[in-house]
Amino acid sequence: MVSCYAHGPSTNHAPAARANKPANPSPKYCLFVYHRVEWQAAYQRSVLRDVPFETMSGVPLEAVYGPDDAEYPGQWPYTRGPYASMYRSRLWTMRQFAGFGTAEDTNRRFKELLNSGGSGLSTAFDMPTLLGRDSDDPLAKGEVGRAGVAIDTQVDMETLFSGIDLSAVSTSMTINSAAPVIMAMYIGVGDRAGIHRSALGGTIQNDILKEYQAQKEYVFPPRPSVRLVTDLIRFATAELPRWHPISISGYHIREAGSTAAQELAFTLANGFAYIEAALNAGLTIDEFAPRLSFFFNAHIDFFEEIAKYRAARRIWARWMRERFGAVDSRSLQLRFHTQTAGVSLTAQQPEVNLARVAIEALAGVLGGTQSLHTDSYDEALALPTERAARLALRTQQVIAEETGVVHVADPLGGSWFVESLTDELERQAEEIFSHLLEVGSDSMLDGVIACIEDGWFCTEIADAAFQFQTKIASGRWIQVGVNRYTDGDDHETPTLYIDPAVEARQLAALADVKQKRDDDAVRRSLERLRTEAVDPTVNLMSAFIEAASCYVTVGECIGALENVFGTWVERSFV
Amino acid sequence: MHRSPRKRLWDLGRAIVRLVVDDRRVRVLLAKVGLDGHDRGLRVVARILRDAGFEVIFAGLRQTPEMIAAAATEEDVDVVGVSMHNGAHLTLVPAVVQALRQAGLDTPVVVGGIVPEVDIPQMKAEGVAAVLGPGASNEEVIATVRAAANLATGTTAGAQFVQPP
Repeated sequence: MVSCYAHGPSTNHAPAARANKPANPSPKYCLFVYHRVEWQAAYQRSVLRDVPFETMSGVPLEAVYGPDDAEYPGQWPYTRGPYASMYRSRLWTMRQFAGFGTAEDTNRRFKELLNSGGSGLSTAFDMPTLLGRDSDDPLAKGEVGRAGVAIDTQVDMETLFSGIDLSAVSTSMTINSAAPVIMAMYIGVGDRAGIHRSALGGTIQNDILKEYQAQKEYVFPPRPSVRLVTDLIRFATAELPRWHPISISGYHIREAGSTAAQELAFTLANGFAYIEAALNAGLTIDEFAPRLSFFFNAHIDFFEEIAKYRAARRIWARWMRERFGAVDSRSLQLRFHTQTAGVSLTAQQPEVNLARVAIEALAGVLGGTQSLHTDSYDEALALPTERAARLALRTQQVIAEETGVVHVADPLGGSWFVESLTDELERQAEEIFSHLLEVGSDSMLDGVIACIEDGWFCTEIADAAFQFQTKIASGRWIQVGVNRYTDGDDHETPTLYIDPAVEARQLAALADVKQKRDDDAVRRSLERLRTEAVDPTVNLMSAFIEAASCYVTVGECIGALENVFGTWVERSFV
Repeated sequence: MHRSPRKRLWDLGRAIVRLVVDDRRVRVLLAKVGLDGHDRGLRVVARILRDAGFEVIFAGLRQTPEMIAAAATEEDVDVVGVSMHNGAHLTLVPAVVQALRQAGLDTPVVVGGIVPEVDIPQMKAEGVAAVLGPGASNEEVIATVRAAANLATGTTAGAQFVQPP
């Protein structure tokens, strides 16, 4: 449905964009006026949502504003957004991360989220699963089902998604070290339900490099880990056309304390490194690049965050075309998920977090995110309660349905301030890329791995985190309720209680599976995994899928690989 | 734990020196216990304490209660600080306290990170000296660790050398 206001004449009342940049970076658009004309054509081809595109008082709104010769959304280098019509066609996916206890508990939370209008599932795994350890591993004690759902075998995955049509939802799974094993189990669940692999839609994080830099959930050394990442990308390219086999994540880098520019640069550098790895493995750029996705943080400095997303799209497009020779426009378009900043939440006066989350979420939306998770206000205290998680989702719904900000794409494009901040973040990121390329002798993959090995990323991030803490301590940075306006923190916030019996239930379930499964098949599939792991040219995904179908545990798969790949211990520093 | 004669001699020497001149800085062992990798807080606290004159022994990630007890013995620390963000504090922190006591140490344990308020009484009952929540100021961190150290040694060791922030 096309609104009657959508194709009105250009009003040209936004200031001219980016005076210090060449206005016309693409040889394709050599005549300035073509920018708006081209955009208009693309916009007219888009299917629009059936809502009035006007202000609350009835003022008709254009789909985007700017002079005729400006860059428009859906146009190279995509600063203003990957699509011509942006949220007029489709709102972002409201994807709330959830997971706790057993697969059964999380399955219930999934169904509640779908019933209350969520449009995608997002799975949090518990720490042992993330690190490829079973619930009965001695090191897993106390952590089973605590910070996410516990998955040991494909049986748990079947329970987790029971009663949910995998061809109708898009599922996001936040896991890295054990990603190929969990992916294999998900495929197994789909296979058993008779769903064609090409119908499986979703994302698996599968971004191991940022684990060494920030989140620290690594198992193997970087090189064999990157091979596992590449194996999954290759597999998805061949068999899972609707799946995003990687979500290159800055979120954790930022949470660990980096600045916005570091988040931007480290994330994109990791992206370039994965591209080099995939190209080395024999893929061609336009074959897999359209399925790469990103994940950024939405912190509290509103305009800096918006500038960060805009700079990310522009840098990605440039590098993809100029360095990697991508031609397909989908390879050039950076698409990303956003989550509001967990670290910005305070344990003091936790209700105030509702305001923080709303502002951060708005930054993600004005920056053109494709999907969004809003944190719950009680997350500085514990895992969110159901009520807090619902309020978080409602925050997104207010932005989407009430504020009207979705009617106009890149509403801050052309602002002298935001354009200048976008340029500045791009400049700072390019400086970091130069450093990494220098270290890696012109290979981003080598540069990133070398800087992981010598602890450069960790030191940079820890320095930034400490500098921020120093600002808070000195009062140069105000955190409401923490170092100013501290009165009023006088009542208790209810927090989620996780039954300690979860661990016992999960252990019993695991023991049951181990007793019923075919031990010979388990042995054979683990042997196959070990043999194939030795040869770096073999794609391990098929061996993982076989192992999952024999109910081999996550811990057994990762343990088998540890024998071949070894383990990673980070260089000590403070 | 087995200690070489040379190490014993060194320890004896250190103890004598300490008796004579009470100038020892407070030694703090900082660790993440369990599988959780959220180490931002621990690293920031390490620098805050170091800048305040404490001697920081940074054990870092993925420590077991036994590893912590061994390191606490080896390094002769005054306080053990553990950082928890994985919801396993009610299981793992008492295990750390227990491991220390089993190693014959009465080293106080200070916990930082995300610990719901309702769990704090139970943790204290299980022998935790103090819990520092999110948003604790640098002053609170320093004062809490110092108080724990003084409580343990019954002296004011280190206190006089720590510059007030």
